[in-house]
Amino acid sequence: MSQHLIVLPILLPLLAGLVLLHKRSGVTRTKRIISVAATVGLLAIAIALVIEAASGEITYYALGDWQPPFGIVLVLDRLSALMILLTSILAVGSVVFASAGDDEQGSNFHGLIQWQLMGINGAFLTGDLFNLFVFFEVLLLASYALLMHGGGKARILAGLHYVVLNLAGSALFLIAVGVLYGATGTLNMADMAVRVAELDPERAGLVRAGALLLLVVFGLKAAILPLYFWLPRAYAAAPAPVAALFAIMTKVGVYAILRVYPLIFGDHAGPLAALDQPWVWWMALVTLAVASIGVLAARDLRLLVAYLLLVSIGTLLAGVGLRNTAATSALLYYLLHTTLVTGGLFLLCEMIGVQRGKAGTRLVKGRPLQNGGWLGILFFLGAVTVAGLPPLSGAIGKVLLMQATPHAQQPWLWPLLLASGLTSLIALSRAGSTLFWRSHEGEPTHAPLTKRHWFGVGWLMAASPLMVILAGPITDYTRATAEQLAHPERLVRSLLEPDETGGES
Amino acid sequence: MESLYAITTGILSASGLYLTLRGRTFPVVVGLTLLSYAVNLFLFSMGGLTTNGAVILNGEGHYADPLPQALVLTAIVIGFAMTAFVVILAMRARGDLGNDHVDGRKLDEPREERG
Repeated sequence: MSQHLIVLPILLPLLAGLVLLHKRSGVTRTKRIISVAATVGLLAIAIALVIEAASGEITYYALGDWQPPFGIVLVLDRLSALMILLTSILAVGSVVFASAGDDEQGSNFHGLIQWQLMGINGAFLTGDLFNLFVFFEVLLLASYALLMHGGGKARILAGLHYVVLNLAGSALFLIAVGVLYGATGTLNMADMAVRVAELDPERAGLVRAGALLLLVVFGLKAAILPLYFWLPRAYAAAPAPVAALFAIMTKVGVYAILRVYPLIFGDHAGPLAALDQPWVWWMALVTLAVASIGVLAARDLRLLVAYLLLVSIGTLLAGVGLRNTAATSALLYYLLHTTLVTGGLFLLCEMIGVQRGKAGTRLVKGRPLQNGGWLGILFFLGAVTVAGLPPLSGAIGKVLLMQATPHAQQPWLWPLLLASGLTSLIALSRAGSTLFWRSHEGEPTHAPLTKRHWFGVGWLMAASPLMVILAGPITDYTRATAEQLAHPERLVRSLLEPDETGGES
Repeated sequence: MESLYAITTGILSASGLYLTLRGRTFPVVVGLTLLSYAVNLFLFSMGGLTTNGAVILNGEGHYADPLPQALVLTAIVIGFAMTAFVVILAMRARGDLGNDHVDGRKLDEPREERG
């Protein structure tokens, strides 16, 4: 059983999704129980995977027992285990929150959520470039339907843009994969790393073109500057639990950049080494600057949170662009923090919007909130974390990243990072005082919040204080992960020289 | 053979790109379809073009690389599903938004008058 553990994060959501298809219409208690149980099961599997990966050994699962580089493999190392754990924690909050009533607005909500999880987990586990494409499509197709769950003009419009843009992105992905296969003759990432190192110099241009095309695709998923315009509208229009889960989707793009480039175009690649670095670094800085302005300009709380998400993407990719072990470790810590807290903020927006009645999440004077006190405390907690103020996790992530910045890059990153924190703080305090203090006289709308709402938000928001308390063990793990990423030859060796570590099937 | 193939792929992707950038949903959908045809052709050729060869990798003599053929099948299936989805979505958008512009507004209507 234990050797099949690696494939379970894909199989479990797949099977759960199939079971949930049984009856199309209506949401029954049974469906909710199955969905929550499957997500909690995924969390348990993810914990087991992290424990297995923490030993530092890289294991792989050869589907159909076709050994690499010929067959399709799933690879488990520290990074993929960590990302799966993050996904499952986020999913538990999102699914429980959705069970409070959001899942009743359309059909098949829980089934689609499970398939979305399958696609995300698959993208984190695969060791094969073409399968990365396939899992991207799985998660995208589920996300198209989830984004428009419940219908309405704003969602259809945002969904249309999102779908068309991602279809064009998929076409680019295939072209890039085709070019890389044509030049290197393999699709397995570890094998490609070996082939790139001994590449015929005549083909270097081809590989460079393919790799940069791939960067465009990953940049579109991660929402880096010239490719982010779809994000704020889509995330502001999506139903709250879906928007919370989408907080991990942009990180899939960041993960893909972090996985593909250090592995295939590491130091061994000669003239092609670190070819993504200048692009990622400069674009990340511009993204950071533009998103900080967007945060100030937003007139709706959900749009504001969407721009905060963009700020975090800029921060993360700047860390990727630094390309040193300390920065990778810092950005992994920041990634955990920002995904969970942004997800929690999206859920909180929904609760505030429901209680404000007609005013919704627009930042205008509205009715007083029925549960203003508790919502206010949670909002304050979220704002402090996301703006990066001590003592919560945002501050630790930022300090780690700033410490990891070499002297030459400090004049660029430090001011931008600190200014983005300032603009976030201004925007959030303005939003908070409008929402909680500047309300009309009168009775609050009667819109009770259920325990499931509170659990969903509390679960995700609790991550921030917990990450401060457990900062030691977490940074130990992320440092070891960054070490592992900095030595891609270990992954190559454990995949392509099977006598060293046994391949499992 | 190679130049004919390259020119076909190029014309398909150029037409697809042009149509994708149009303002109404129908040309956009057709453009995406053409683009996916061009990509499929491109993928098919990525192992190099071989005519009258057997589908064997590293076999003796004259052979064609079988992997791109397997990949292009996957890509066709996925592309087909996505096209079906975007067609339905475009129809839904036409119904909900009242017109077929990708931004949900009439073409002659200036931006400021949106409401």
